[in-house]
Amino acid sequence: MVRFILFRLMRATLTVVLVVSFAFCILRLAGDPSQVVLGPNAPPDAVAAFRQAWGLQRPLYLQYLLYWNGILHGNFGNSMLDGRPVLAVVLSHIPATLEIMGPALLLSIAIGIPGGAFAALRRDTATDRAVMALSVAGFTVPSFVLGLGLVLVFAVLLHWLPAGGREGWSSAILPVMTLGFGGAAVLARFTRSAMAEVMGQPYIRAASAKGLPWRTVVQWHALPNALIPTVTVIGFMVGAMLAGAVVVESVFSWPGLGRLLVVAVGSRDVAVVQCILFLVAVTMVTANLVVDLLYGWLDPRILADARR
Amino acid sequence: MSGIALPRVIRRREAIGLAVGAALLWLALMLVVAVFADLLRPYSITAIDLGHRLAPPLSFGGTLTHPLGTDELGRDVLSRLIISIRVSLLLAFGATLLGLLMGTSLGLLAAHLGGLVEQAVLMLVDFQAALPFMILALAVLAFFGDSLPILVGLMSFYGWERHARVARGLALAAGAQNYVAAIRGLGAGAWRIYLRHVLPNIAATLVVSATLAFPEVILLESGLSFLGLGVQPPMSSLGNMVGYGRNYIETAPWILLAPSIVIVFTTLAISIVGDMLRDRLDPTTSRA
Repeated sequence: MVRFILFRLMRATLTVVLVVSFAFCILRLAGDPSQVVLGPNAPPDAVAAFRQAWGLQRPLYLQYLLYWNGILHGNFGNSMLDGRPVLAVVLSHIPATLEIMGPALLLSIAIGIPGGAFAALRRDTATDRAVMALSVAGFTVPSFVLGLGLVLVFAVLLHWLPAGGREGWSSAILPVMTLGFGGAAVLARFTRSAMAEVMGQPYIRAASAKGLPWRTVVQWHALPNALIPTVTVIGFMVGAMLAGAVVVESVFSWPGLGRLLVVAVGSRDVAVVQCILFLVAVTMVTANLVVDLLYGWLDPRILADARR
Repeated sequence: MSGIALPRVIRRREAIGLAVGAALLWLALMLVVAVFADLLRPYSITAIDLGHRLAPPLSFGGTLTHPLGTDELGRDVLSRLIISIRVSLLLAFGATLLGLLMGTSLGLLAAHLGGLVEQAVLMLVDFQAALPFMILALAVLAFFGDSLPILVGLMSFYGWERHARVARGLALAAGAQNYVAAIRGLGAGAWRIYLRHVLPNIAATLVVSATLAFPEVILLESGLSFLGLGVQPPMSSLGNMVGYGRNYIETAPWILLAPSIVIVFTTLAISIVGDMLRDRLDPTTSRA
Protein backbone atom coordinates (compact mmCIF):
# COMPACT_ATOMS: atom_id res chain seq x y z
CA MET A 1 0.00 0.00 0.00
CA VAL A 2 2.74 2.43 0.97
CA ARG A 3 4.76 1.49 -2.09
CA PHE A 4 1.70 2.10 -4.23
CA ILE A 5 1.25 5.59 -2.81
CA LEU A 6 4.95 6.44 -2.98
CA PHE A 7 5.24 5.34 -6.57
CA ARG A 8 2.25 7.41 -7.61
CA LEU A 9 3.56 10.42 -5.67
CA MET A 10 6.92 10.13 -7.37
CA ARG A 11 5.33 10.02 -10.79
CA ALA A 12 3.18 13.01 -9.93
CA THR A 13 6.18 15.08 -8.85
CA LEU A 14 8.07 14.04 -11.95
CA THR A 15 5.22 15.23 -14.15
CA VAL A 16 5.14 18.64 -12.48
CA VAL A 17 8.91 18.93 -12.86
CA LEU A 18 8.56 18.04 -16.53
CA VAL A 19 5.87 20.65 -17.10
CA VAL A 20 7.90 23.39 -15.44
CA SER A 21 10.98 22.37 -17.42
CA PHE A 22 8.87 22.38 -20.57
CA ALA A 23 7.78 25.96 -19.85
CA PHE A 24 11.37 26.94 -19.15
CA CYS A 25 12.62 25.38 -22.39
CA ILE A 26 10.04 26.85 -24.72
CA LEU A 27 10.38 30.25 -23.13
CA ARG A 28 14.11 30.17 -23.90
CA LEU A 29 13.45 28.73 -27.34
CA ALA A 30 11.02 31.51 -28.15
CA GLY A 31 13.82 34.02 -28.06
CA ASP A 32 15.29 36.33 -25.52
CA PRO A 33 12.98 36.01 -22.50
CA SER A 34 13.34 39.67 -21.67
CA GLN A 35 11.96 40.58 -25.09
CA VAL A 36 9.20 38.02 -24.84
CA VAL A 37 8.11 38.95 -21.33
CA LEU A 38 8.56 42.72 -21.43
CA GLY A 39 7.50 43.20 -25.00
CA PRO A 40 9.34 44.81 -27.91
CA ASN A 41 8.79 48.39 -26.75
CA ALA A 42 10.34 48.07 -23.31
CA PRO A 43 12.93 50.73 -22.37
CA PRO A 44 16.50 49.39 -22.33
CA ASP A 45 17.02 49.91 -18.59
CA ALA A 46 13.91 47.82 -17.83
CA VAL A 47 15.32 45.11 -20.08
CA ALA A 48 18.67 45.32 -18.29
CA ALA A 49 17.00 45.13 -14.89
CA PHE A 50 14.97 42.12 -16.06
CA ARG A 51 18.04 40.35 -17.35
CA GLN A 52 19.75 41.00 -14.06
CA ALA A 53 16.81 39.73 -12.01
CA TRP A 54 16.39 36.56 -14.09
CA GLY A 55 20.12 36.02 -14.33
CA LEU A 56 19.98 35.78 -18.10
CA GLN A 57 23.67 36.41 -18.48
CA ARG A 58 24.46 33.38 -16.34
CA PRO A 59 24.90 29.85 -17.73
CA LEU A 60 21.72 27.95 -18.61
CA TYR A 61 21.73 25.45 -15.76
CA LEU A 62 22.06 28.28 -13.23
CA GLN A 63 19.12 30.04 -14.86
CA TYR A 64 17.11 26.84 -14.50
CA LEU A 65 17.90 26.65 -10.79
CA LEU A 66 17.05 30.32 -10.29
CA TYR A 67 13.77 29.69 -12.14
CA TRP A 68 12.89 26.89 -9.74
CA ASN A 69 13.97 29.01 -6.82
CA GLY A 70 11.52 31.69 -7.90
CA ILE A 71 8.68 29.24 -8.30
CA LEU A 72 9.22 27.59 -4.95
CA HIS A 73 9.07 31.01 -3.33
CA GLY A 74 5.85 31.81 -5.12
CA ASN A 75 7.52 34.44 -7.24
CA PHE A 76 6.36 34.17 -10.84
CA GLY A 77 7.23 37.70 -11.79
CA ASN A 78 4.90 40.57 -12.42
CA SER A 79 2.09 40.76 -14.92
CA MET A 80 2.93 42.73 -18.02
CA LEU A 81 -0.45 44.39 -18.11
CA ASP A 82 -0.75 45.91 -14.66
CA GLY A 83 2.54 45.17 -12.96
CA ARG A 84 0.95 43.25 -10.09
CA PRO A 85 2.62 40.06 -8.86
CA VAL A 86 1.43 37.26 -11.09
CA LEU A 87 0.59 34.76 -8.37
CA ALA A 88 -1.77 37.25 -6.74
CA VAL A 89 -3.49 37.98 -10.05
CA VAL A 90 -3.92 34.30 -10.85
CA LEU A 91 -5.16 33.36 -7.37
CA SER A 92 -7.72 36.15 -7.45
CA HIS A 93 -9.31 34.58 -10.52
CA ILE A 94 -9.62 31.09 -9.10
CA PRO A 95 -12.87 31.57 -7.13
CA ALA A 96 -14.76 32.59 -10.26
CA THR A 97 -13.65 29.48 -12.11
CA LEU A 98 -14.50 27.25 -9.17
CA GLU A 99 -17.96 28.79 -9.12
CA ILE A 100 -18.75 27.27 -12.48
CA MET A 101 -16.49 24.23 -12.46
CA GLY A 102 -17.77 22.80 -9.20
CA PRO A 103 -21.47 22.86 -10.11
CA ALA A 104 -20.62 21.72 -13.63
CA LEU A 105 -18.78 18.67 -12.31
CA LEU A 106 -21.71 17.86 -10.02
CA LEU A 107 -24.14 18.33 -12.90
CA SER A 108 -22.13 15.98 -15.11
CA ILE A 109 -22.12 13.31 -12.43
CA ALA A 110 -25.79 13.80 -11.62
CA ILE A 111 -26.87 13.47 -15.25
CA GLY A 112 -24.16 11.33 -16.78
CA ILE A 113 -23.94 8.40 -14.40
CA PRO A 114 -27.67 7.72 -13.99
CA GLY A 115 -28.17 8.31 -17.71
CA GLY A 116 -25.46 5.85 -18.66
CA ALA A 117 -26.63 3.25 -16.16
CA PHE A 118 -30.20 3.63 -17.36
CA ALA A 119 -29.14 3.16 -20.95
CA ALA A 120 -27.13 0.05 -20.07
CA LEU A 121 -30.10 -1.52 -18.35
CA ARG A 122 -32.22 -0.97 -21.45
CA ARG A 123 -29.64 -1.92 -24.03
CA ASP A 124 -30.55 -1.70 -27.70
CA THR A 125 -33.94 -0.16 -26.95
CA ALA A 126 -35.10 3.23 -28.07
CA THR A 127 -34.12 4.73 -24.70
CA ASP A 128 -30.59 3.43 -25.07
CA ARG A 129 -30.24 4.86 -28.54
CA ALA A 130 -31.65 8.18 -27.45
CA VAL A 131 -29.25 8.49 -24.52
CA MET A 132 -26.31 7.47 -26.68
CA ALA A 133 -27.31 9.91 -29.42
CA LEU A 134 -27.46 12.70 -26.87
CA SER A 135 -24.08 11.76 -25.51
CA VAL A 136 -22.54 11.71 -28.98
CA ALA A 137 -24.00 15.19 -29.45
CA GLY A 138 -22.32 16.13 -26.19
CA PHE A 139 -18.85 15.57 -27.44
CA THR A 140 -19.21 16.46 -31.10
CA VAL A 141 -20.80 19.82 -30.43
CA PRO A 142 -17.97 22.16 -29.40
CA SER A 143 -18.54 24.00 -26.15
CA PHE A 144 -18.54 27.41 -27.78
CA VAL A 145 -21.28 26.35 -30.18
CA LEU A 146 -23.36 24.91 -27.34
CA GLY A 147 -22.76 27.99 -25.22
CA LEU A 148 -23.66 30.39 -28.00
CA GLY A 149 -26.70 28.28 -28.84
CA LEU A 150 -27.88 28.51 -25.24
CA VAL A 151 -27.27 32.26 -25.28
CA LEU A 152 -29.25 32.56 -28.49
CA VAL A 153 -32.21 30.68 -27.09
CA PHE A 154 -32.31 31.74 -23.47
CA ALA A 155 -30.87 35.25 -23.59
CA VAL A 156 -31.58 36.65 -27.02
CA LEU A 157 -34.89 34.99 -27.89
CA LEU A 158 -36.48 34.32 -24.51
CA HIS A 159 -34.75 36.95 -22.37
CA TRP A 160 -34.88 34.59 -19.42
CA LEU A 161 -31.19 34.62 -18.52
CA PRO A 162 -28.32 37.10 -18.94
CA ALA A 163 -25.99 36.57 -21.88
CA GLY A 164 -22.77 36.96 -19.93
CA GLY A 165 -20.91 38.50 -17.07
CA ARG A 166 -20.90 37.45 -13.48
CA GLU A 167 -23.71 39.13 -11.59
CA GLY A 168 -25.99 37.13 -9.41
CA TRP A 169 -26.51 33.41 -9.51
CA SER A 170 -28.67 33.46 -12.64
CA SER A 171 -25.66 34.42 -14.74
CA ALA A 172 -23.94 31.20 -13.72
CA ILE A 173 -26.69 28.93 -15.04
CA LEU A 174 -25.76 28.96 -18.73
CA PRO A 175 -21.99 28.55 -18.20
CA VAL A 176 -22.57 25.66 -15.80
CA MET A 177 -24.97 24.00 -18.25
CA THR A 178 -22.49 24.37 -21.11
CA LEU A 179 -19.57 22.96 -19.12
CA GLY A 180 -21.64 20.25 -17.53
CA PHE A 181 -23.26 18.89 -20.69
CA GLY A 182 -19.99 17.90 -22.30
CA GLY A 183 -18.85 16.12 -19.15
CA ALA A 184 -22.22 14.41 -18.78
CA ALA A 185 -21.92 13.03 -22.30
CA VAL A 186 -18.52 11.48 -21.62
CA LEU A 187 -19.64 10.05 -18.29
CA ALA A 188 -22.84 8.63 -19.75
CA ARG A 189 -20.99 6.80 -22.48
CA PHE A 190 -18.41 5.41 -20.10
CA THR A 191 -20.89 4.42 -17.40
CA ARG A 192 -22.98 2.64 -19.98
CA SER A 193 -20.13 0.45 -21.19
CA ALA A 194 -18.89 -0.21 -17.64
CA MET A 195 -22.40 -1.09 -16.54
CA ALA A 196 -23.00 -3.31 -19.55
CA GLU A 197 -19.82 -5.19 -18.81
CA VAL A 198 -20.75 -5.66 -15.15
CA MET A 199 -24.25 -6.86 -16.03
CA GLY A 200 -22.71 -9.66 -18.06
CA GLN A 201 -20.76 -10.98 -15.10
CA PRO A 202 -21.70 -14.30 -13.49
CA TYR A 203 -22.11 -12.81 -10.03
CA ILE A 204 -25.00 -10.69 -11.20
CA ARG A 205 -26.84 -13.74 -12.40
CA ALA A 206 -25.98 -15.48 -9.13
CA ALA A 207 -27.37 -12.59 -7.10
CA SER A 208 -30.57 -12.63 -9.10
CA ALA A 209 -30.83 -16.42 -8.80
CA LYS A 210 -30.53 -16.06 -5.05
CA GLY A 211 -33.92 -14.40 -5.18
CA LEU A 212 -32.85 -10.82 -4.65
CA PRO A 213 -35.20 -8.25 -6.19
CA TRP A 214 -33.81 -6.85 -9.44
CA ARG A 215 -33.60 -3.41 -7.96
CA THR A 216 -31.36 -4.59 -5.17
CA VAL A 217 -29.14 -6.45 -7.61
CA VAL A 218 -28.70 -3.34 -9.71
CA GLN A 219 -28.29 -0.91 -6.87
CA TRP A 220 -26.02 -2.89 -4.60
CA HIS A 221 -24.13 -5.25 -6.88
CA ALA A 222 -24.01 -3.90 -10.40
CA LEU A 223 -23.81 -0.16 -9.92
CA PRO A 224 -21.01 -0.01 -7.31
CA ASN A 225 -18.80 -2.26 -9.43
CA ALA A 226 -19.51 -0.22 -12.53
CA LEU A 227 -18.70 2.96 -10.67
CA ILE A 228 -15.17 1.93 -9.78
CA PRO A 229 -13.62 2.48 -13.22
CA THR A 230 -15.90 5.48 -13.66
CA VAL A 231 -13.97 7.17 -10.85
CA THR A 232 -10.89 7.26 -13.07
CA VAL A 233 -12.86 9.00 -15.80
CA ILE A 234 -13.81 11.74 -13.36
CA GLY A 235 -10.12 12.45 -12.87
CA PHE A 236 -9.75 12.91 -16.61
CA MET A 237 -12.85 15.06 -16.63
CA VAL A 238 -11.31 17.58 -14.26
CA GLY A 239 -8.70 18.25 -16.91
CA ALA A 240 -11.24 18.35 -19.69
CA MET A 241 -13.31 20.83 -17.72
CA LEU A 242 -10.33 23.06 -17.13
CA ALA A 243 -9.81 23.15 -20.86
CA GLY A 244 -13.53 23.65 -21.41
CA ALA A 245 -13.58 26.48 -18.90
CA VAL A 246 -11.13 28.37 -21.09
CA VAL A 247 -13.62 28.48 -23.93
CA VAL A 248 -16.79 28.74 -21.85
CA GLU A 249 -15.50 31.66 -19.80
CA SER A 250 -14.68 33.48 -23.01
CA VAL A 251 -18.13 32.82 -24.42
CA PHE A 252 -19.88 34.16 -21.33
CA SER A 253 -17.30 36.80 -20.40
CA TRP A 254 -16.94 35.06 -17.07
CA PRO A 255 -13.93 36.57 -15.23
CA GLY A 256 -12.21 33.35 -14.28
CA LEU A 257 -8.90 31.63 -14.83
CA GLY A 258 -9.76 30.54 -18.35
CA ARG A 259 -10.49 34.00 -19.58
CA LEU A 260 -7.38 35.29 -17.82
CA LEU A 261 -5.36 32.74 -19.73
CA VAL A 262 -6.86 33.73 -23.08
CA VAL A 263 -6.25 37.43 -22.43
CA ALA A 264 -2.72 36.71 -21.27
CA VAL A 265 -1.98 34.64 -24.38
CA GLY A 266 -3.42 37.33 -26.60
CA SER A 267 -1.25 40.01 -25.05
CA ARG A 268 1.67 37.59 -24.67
CA ASP A 269 1.80 38.17 -20.94
CA VAL A 270 4.10 35.22 -20.54
CA ALA A 271 4.55 35.43 -16.77
CA VAL A 272 0.81 34.90 -16.20
CA VAL A 273 0.75 32.01 -18.67
CA GLN A 274 3.62 30.27 -16.91
CA CYS A 275 1.94 30.59 -13.55
CA ILE A 276 -1.37 29.24 -14.83
CA LEU A 277 0.45 26.36 -16.53
CA PHE A 278 2.12 25.47 -13.26
CA LEU A 279 -1.13 25.66 -11.29
CA VAL A 280 -3.01 23.57 -13.83
CA ALA A 281 -0.25 20.96 -13.81
CA VAL A 282 -0.33 20.73 -10.02
CA THR A 283 -4.12 20.52 -10.01
CA MET A 284 -4.26 17.84 -12.68
CA VAL A 285 -1.55 15.77 -11.10
CA THR A 286 -3.22 16.01 -7.69
CA ALA A 287 -6.62 15.11 -9.10
CA ASN A 288 -5.20 12.09 -10.91
CA LEU A 289 -3.28 11.05 -7.82
CA VAL A 290 -6.43 11.22 -5.68
CA VAL A 291 -8.38 9.28 -8.29
CA ASP A 292 -5.63 6.65 -8.54
CA LEU A 293 -5.53 6.21 -4.78
CA LEU A 294 -9.31 6.08 -4.61
CA TYR A 295 -9.37 3.47 -7.33
CA GLY A 296 -6.79 1.41 -5.46
CA TRP A 297 -8.83 1.66 -2.29
CA LEU A 298 -12.11 0.80 -3.97
CA ASP A 299 -10.79 -2.12 -5.98
CA PRO A 300 -8.44 -4.30 -3.88
CA ARG A 301 -7.29 -6.14 -6.99
CA ILE A 302 -5.34 -3.06 -8.09
CA LEU A 303 -3.30 -3.02 -4.89
CA ALA A 304 -2.66 -6.72 -5.18
CA ASP A 305 -1.33 -6.22 -8.71
CA ALA A 306 0.95 -3.44 -7.51
CA ARG A 307 2.28 -5.51 -4.68
CA ARG A 308 3.52 -8.23 -7.02
CA MET B 1 -29.93 1.96 -51.89
CA SER B 2 -29.99 -1.42 -53.64
CA GLY B 3 -29.16 0.10 -57.01
CA ILE B 4 -25.84 1.54 -55.90
CA ALA B 5 -22.77 -0.69 -56.03
CA LEU B 6 -21.20 -0.33 -52.60
CA PRO B 7 -17.60 -1.34 -51.92
CA ARG B 8 -17.19 -4.76 -50.35
CA VAL B 9 -16.26 -3.60 -46.90
CA ILE B 10 -19.65 -1.91 -46.64
CA ARG B 11 -21.77 -4.56 -48.31
CA ARG B 12 -20.73 -7.20 -45.80
CA ARG B 13 -23.17 -8.43 -43.18
CA GLU B 14 -25.85 -5.79 -42.85
CA ALA B 15 -26.98 -3.02 -45.10
CA ILE B 16 -25.33 0.31 -44.49
CA GLY B 17 -27.26 2.26 -41.90
CA LEU B 18 -29.07 5.45 -42.67
CA ALA B 19 -26.87 7.44 -40.31
CA VAL B 20 -23.64 6.17 -41.85
CA GLY B 21 -24.94 6.82 -45.34
CA ALA B 22 -25.89 10.37 -44.48
CA ALA B 23 -22.53 10.86 -42.77
CA LEU B 24 -20.62 9.66 -45.83
CA LEU B 25 -22.69 11.89 -48.09
CA TRP B 26 -21.98 14.91 -45.92
CA LEU B 27 -18.27 14.17 -45.81
CA ALA B 28 -18.20 13.76 -49.58
CA LEU B 29 -19.90 17.13 -49.90
CA MET B 30 -17.38 18.75 -47.56
CA LEU B 31 -14.53 17.20 -49.52
CA VAL B 32 -15.90 18.52 -52.80
CA VAL B 33 -16.37 21.97 -51.30
CA ALA B 34 -12.85 21.96 -49.88
CA VAL B 35 -11.23 20.86 -53.13
CA PHE B 36 -13.23 23.11 -55.45
CA ALA B 37 -13.56 26.03 -53.04
CA ASP B 38 -12.22 28.65 -55.40
CA LEU B 39 -14.57 27.57 -58.17
CA LEU B 40 -17.64 27.37 -55.97
CA ARG B 41 -17.53 30.58 -54.02
CA PRO B 42 -19.51 33.44 -55.57
CA TYR B 43 -17.36 36.19 -54.04
CA SER B 44 -13.92 36.75 -52.63
CA ILE B 45 -13.78 36.42 -48.87
CA THR B 46 -12.59 39.97 -48.54
CA ALA B 47 -15.05 41.50 -50.99
CA ILE B 48 -16.80 44.20 -49.04
CA ASP B 49 -20.30 45.24 -49.98
CA LEU B 50 -21.12 48.09 -47.67
CA GLY B 51 -24.51 48.60 -49.24
CA HIS B 52 -25.67 45.19 -48.05
CA ARG B 53 -24.25 44.92 -44.56
CA LEU B 54 -25.83 42.41 -42.18
CA ALA B 55 -28.20 41.14 -44.83
CA PRO B 56 -30.20 38.12 -43.65
CA PRO B 57 -30.10 34.75 -45.42
CA LEU B 58 -32.47 33.57 -48.13
CA SER B 59 -35.65 32.49 -46.40
CA PHE B 60 -35.45 35.18 -43.74
CA GLY B 61 -35.77 38.19 -45.94
CA GLY B 62 -32.57 37.92 -47.95
CA THR B 63 -31.93 37.80 -51.65
CA LEU B 64 -30.23 35.31 -53.94
CA THR B 65 -27.19 37.57 -54.24
CA HIS B 66 -26.21 36.51 -50.74
CA PRO B 67 -27.97 33.20 -50.01
CA LEU B 68 -26.52 32.89 -46.51
CA GLY B 69 -26.51 36.56 -45.72
CA THR B 70 -23.64 38.96 -45.15
CA ASP B 71 -21.62 40.04 -42.17
CA GLU B 72 -20.91 43.44 -40.68
CA LEU B 73 -18.69 44.46 -43.57
CA GLY B 74 -21.01 43.15 -46.25
CA ARG B 75 -18.83 40.11 -46.94
CA ASP B 76 -20.75 37.14 -48.31
CA VAL B 77 -21.20 34.48 -45.63
CA LEU B 78 -21.49 31.63 -48.14
CA SER B 79 -18.16 32.43 -49.76
CA ARG B 80 -16.44 32.76 -46.40
CA LEU B 81 -18.03 29.49 -45.33
CA ILE B 82 -16.75 27.67 -48.40
CA ILE B 83 -13.20 28.92 -47.92
CA SER B 84 -13.39 28.22 -44.19
CA ILE B 85 -14.35 24.63 -44.85
CA ARG B 86 -11.27 24.24 -47.00
CA VAL B 87 -8.98 25.90 -44.44
CA SER B 88 -10.33 23.99 -41.45
CA LEU B 89 -10.37 20.62 -43.20
CA LEU B 90 -6.88 21.09 -44.64
CA LEU B 91 -5.44 22.10 -41.28
CA ALA B 92 -7.15 19.25 -39.44
CA PHE B 93 -6.21 16.68 -42.05
CA GLY B 94 -2.58 17.79 -42.15
CA ALA B 95 -2.28 17.92 -38.39
CA THR B 96 -3.90 14.50 -37.92
CA LEU B 97 -1.61 12.95 -40.52
CA LEU B 98 1.49 14.49 -38.96
CA GLY B 99 0.39 13.38 -35.52
CA LEU B 100 -0.22 9.87 -36.79
CA LEU B 101 3.21 9.72 -38.43
CA MET B 102 4.95 11.09 -35.37
CA GLY B 103 3.08 8.93 -32.90
CA THR B 104 3.48 5.75 -34.93
CA SER B 105 7.21 6.32 -35.45
CA LEU B 106 7.82 6.98 -31.79
CA GLY B 107 5.68 4.02 -30.78
CA LEU B 108 7.49 1.66 -33.15
CA LEU B 109 10.84 3.05 -32.04
CA ALA B 110 9.96 2.45 -28.42
CA ALA B 111 8.81 -1.08 -29.14
CA HIS B 112 11.85 -1.95 -31.24
CA LEU B 113 14.62 -0.37 -29.20
CA GLY B 114 13.22 -0.84 -25.72
CA GLY B 115 15.31 0.21 -22.75
CA LEU B 116 16.00 3.90 -22.21
CA VAL B 117 14.40 4.96 -25.47
CA GLU B 118 11.19 3.22 -24.55
CA GLN B 119 11.20 4.76 -21.07
CA ALA B 120 11.79 8.21 -22.53
CA VAL B 121 8.92 7.82 -24.98
CA LEU B 122 6.61 6.51 -22.26
CA MET B 123 7.53 9.46 -20.07
CA LEU B 124 6.69 11.86 -22.89
CA VAL B 125 3.39 10.07 -23.41
CA ASP B 126 2.59 10.45 -19.71
CA PHE B 127 3.50 14.11 -19.79
CA GLN B 128 1.27 14.78 -22.77
CA ALA B 129 -1.61 12.90 -21.21
CA ALA B 130 -1.20 14.71 -17.90
CA LEU B 131 -2.22 18.15 -19.08
CA PRO B 132 -5.30 19.14 -21.03
CA PHE B 133 -4.03 19.85 -24.51
CA MET B 134 -5.82 23.18 -24.80
CA ILE B 135 -3.79 24.60 -21.91
CA LEU B 136 -0.50 23.35 -23.39
CA ALA B 137 -1.48 24.74 -26.78
CA LEU B 138 -2.29 28.14 -25.32
CA ALA B 139 1.05 28.24 -23.51
CA VAL B 140 2.94 27.46 -26.72
CA LEU B 141 0.96 30.08 -28.61
CA ALA B 142 1.76 32.63 -25.92
CA PHE B 143 5.46 32.01 -26.23
CA PHE B 144 5.78 31.57 -29.97
CA GLY B 145 3.01 33.69 -31.38
CA ASP B 146 0.26 32.42 -33.62
CA SER B 147 1.60 32.15 -37.14
CA LEU B 148 0.21 29.38 -39.33
CA PRO B 149 3.21 26.99 -39.30
CA ILE B 150 3.26 27.14 -35.49
CA LEU B 151 -0.46 26.41 -35.41
CA VAL B 152 -0.14 23.38 -37.69
CA GLY B 153 2.91 22.13 -35.79
CA LEU B 154 1.09 22.57 -32.51
CA MET B 155 -2.04 20.75 -33.65
CA SER B 156 0.00 17.88 -35.03
CA PHE B 157 1.10 17.22 -31.47
CA TYR B 158 -2.51 16.49 -30.57
CA GLY B 159 -3.18 12.86 -30.03
CA TRP B 160 0.29 11.61 -30.94
CA GLU B 161 0.50 9.94 -27.55
CA ARG B 162 -2.55 7.83 -28.34
CA HIS B 163 -1.11 6.69 -31.65
CA ALA B 164 2.25 6.02 -29.99
CA ARG B 165 0.64 3.89 -27.30
CA VAL B 166 -1.35 1.92 -29.86
CA ALA B 167 1.62 1.49 -32.20
CA ARG B 168 3.91 0.37 -29.41
CA GLY B 169 1.42 -2.11 -28.01
CA LEU B 170 0.63 -3.57 -31.40
CA ALA B 171 4.29 -3.70 -32.43
CA LEU B 172 5.19 -5.53 -29.25
CA ALA B 173 2.40 -8.01 -29.83
CA ALA B 174 3.34 -8.41 -33.48
CA GLY B 175 7.00 -8.85 -32.60
CA ALA B 176 6.09 -11.88 -30.57
CA GLN B 177 4.36 -13.46 -33.54
CA ASN B 178 5.91 -16.30 -35.48
CA TYR B 179 5.98 -14.54 -38.80
CA VAL B 180 8.30 -11.84 -37.47
CA ALA B 181 10.66 -14.44 -36.04
CA ALA B 182 10.58 -16.22 -39.39
CA ILE B 183 11.46 -13.09 -41.38
CA ARG B 184 14.16 -12.17 -38.92
CA GLY B 185 15.56 -15.66 -39.25
CA LEU B 186 15.69 -15.13 -43.01
CA GLY B 187 17.87 -12.10 -42.42
CA ALA B 188 15.48 -9.19 -42.80
CA GLY B 189 16.62 -5.91 -41.32
CA ALA B 190 14.54 -3.82 -38.92
CA TRP B 191 13.26 -1.41 -41.60
CA ARG B 192 11.98 -4.22 -43.77
CA ILE B 193 10.33 -5.99 -40.89
CA TYR B 194 8.40 -2.95 -39.79
CA LEU B 195 7.53 -1.35 -43.10
CA ARG B 196 6.62 -4.40 -45.11
CA HIS B 197 5.31 -6.76 -42.49
CA VAL B 198 4.34 -5.24 -39.17
CA LEU B 199 2.88 -1.96 -40.37
CA PRO B 200 0.31 -3.38 -42.79
CA ASN B 201 -1.03 -5.56 -40.01
CA ILE B 202 -1.40 -2.77 -37.49
CA ALA B 203 -2.53 -0.18 -40.02
CA ALA B 204 -6.22 -0.83 -39.48
CA THR B 205 -6.13 0.01 -35.78
CA LEU B 206 -3.99 3.07 -36.43
CA VAL B 207 -6.46 4.30 -39.03
CA VAL B 208 -9.25 3.95 -36.48
CA SER B 209 -7.15 5.86 -33.96
CA ALA B 210 -6.67 8.62 -36.52
CA THR B 211 -10.37 8.86 -37.32
CA LEU B 212 -11.02 9.32 -33.62
CA ALA B 213 -8.43 12.09 -33.45
CA PHE B 214 -9.55 13.93 -36.60
CA PRO B 215 -12.81 15.39 -35.27
CA GLU B 216 -11.07 16.37 -32.06
CA VAL B 217 -8.43 18.25 -34.05
CA ILE B 218 -11.18 20.10 -35.90
CA LEU B 219 -12.75 21.02 -32.58
CA LEU B 220 -9.38 22.11 -31.21
CA GLU B 221 -8.64 24.33 -34.20
CA SER B 222 -12.09 25.87 -34.20
CA GLY B 223 -11.88 26.46 -30.46
CA LEU B 224 -8.53 28.21 -30.77
CA SER B 225 -9.71 30.23 -33.75
CA PHE B 226 -12.89 31.16 -31.91
CA LEU B 227 -10.74 32.58 -29.12
CA GLY B 228 -8.86 34.60 -31.73
CA LEU B 229 -5.68 32.64 -31.17
CA GLY B 230 -5.84 30.22 -34.07
CA VAL B 231 -6.26 31.06 -37.71
CA GLN B 232 -5.80 34.79 -38.13
CA PRO B 233 -7.54 37.19 -40.53
CA PRO B 234 -7.61 37.69 -43.46
CA MET B 235 -7.65 33.88 -43.54
CA SER B 236 -11.04 32.57 -42.59
CA SER B 237 -11.70 29.34 -40.71
CA LEU B 238 -14.90 27.89 -39.28
CA GLY B 239 -13.82 28.78 -35.76
CA ASN B 240 -12.94 32.36 -36.38
CA MET B 241 -16.15 32.92 -38.32
CA VAL B 242 -18.01 31.93 -35.17
CA GLY B 243 -15.73 34.15 -33.14
CA TYR B 244 -16.45 37.22 -35.24
CA GLY B 245 -20.11 36.38 -35.56
CA ARG B 246 -20.45 36.22 -31.82
CA ASN B 247 -20.55 39.99 -31.54
CA TYR B 248 -23.65 40.04 -33.72
CA ILE B 249 -25.53 37.25 -32.04
CA GLU B 250 -28.49 39.50 -31.35
CA THR B 251 -28.67 41.33 -34.64
CA ALA B 252 -27.33 38.84 -37.17
CA PRO B 253 -27.14 35.30 -35.73
CA TRP B 254 -26.72 33.70 -39.17
CA ILE B 255 -23.08 34.79 -39.22
CA LEU B 256 -22.21 32.32 -36.50
CA LEU B 257 -24.94 29.76 -37.15
CA ALA B 258 -23.74 28.70 -40.59
CA PRO B 259 -20.17 27.77 -39.54
CA SER B 260 -21.44 26.26 -36.28
CA ILE B 261 -23.79 23.92 -38.13
CA VAL B 262 -20.98 22.89 -40.47
CA ILE B 263 -18.64 22.16 -37.54
CA VAL B 264 -21.24 20.06 -35.74
CA PHE B 265 -22.32 18.06 -38.78
CA THR B 266 -18.75 17.45 -39.93
CA THR B 267 -17.47 16.19 -36.58
CA LEU B 268 -20.61 14.14 -36.14
CA ALA B 269 -20.20 12.61 -39.59
CA ILE B 270 -16.57 11.70 -38.98
CA SER B 271 -17.43 10.19 -35.60
CA ILE B 272 -20.17 8.05 -37.15
CA VAL B 273 -17.89 6.88 -39.96
CA GLY B 274 -15.08 6.25 -37.47
CA ASP B 275 -17.39 4.13 -35.33
CA MET B 276 -18.42 2.13 -38.38
CA LEU B 277 -14.79 1.62 -39.40
CA ARG B 278 -13.89 0.50 -35.93
CA ASP B 279 -16.71 -2.01 -35.88
CA ARG B 280 -15.70 -3.45 -39.19
CA LEU B 281 -11.92 -3.26 -39.26
CA ASP B 282 -11.07 -4.12 -35.69
CA PRO B 283 -12.74 -7.38 -34.74
CA THR B 284 -11.14 -7.35 -31.30
CA THR B 285 -13.25 -4.49 -29.96
CA SER B 286 -16.54 -5.72 -28.61
CA ARG B 287 -19.71 -3.76 -29.14
CA ALA B 288 -20.70 -2.83 -25.57
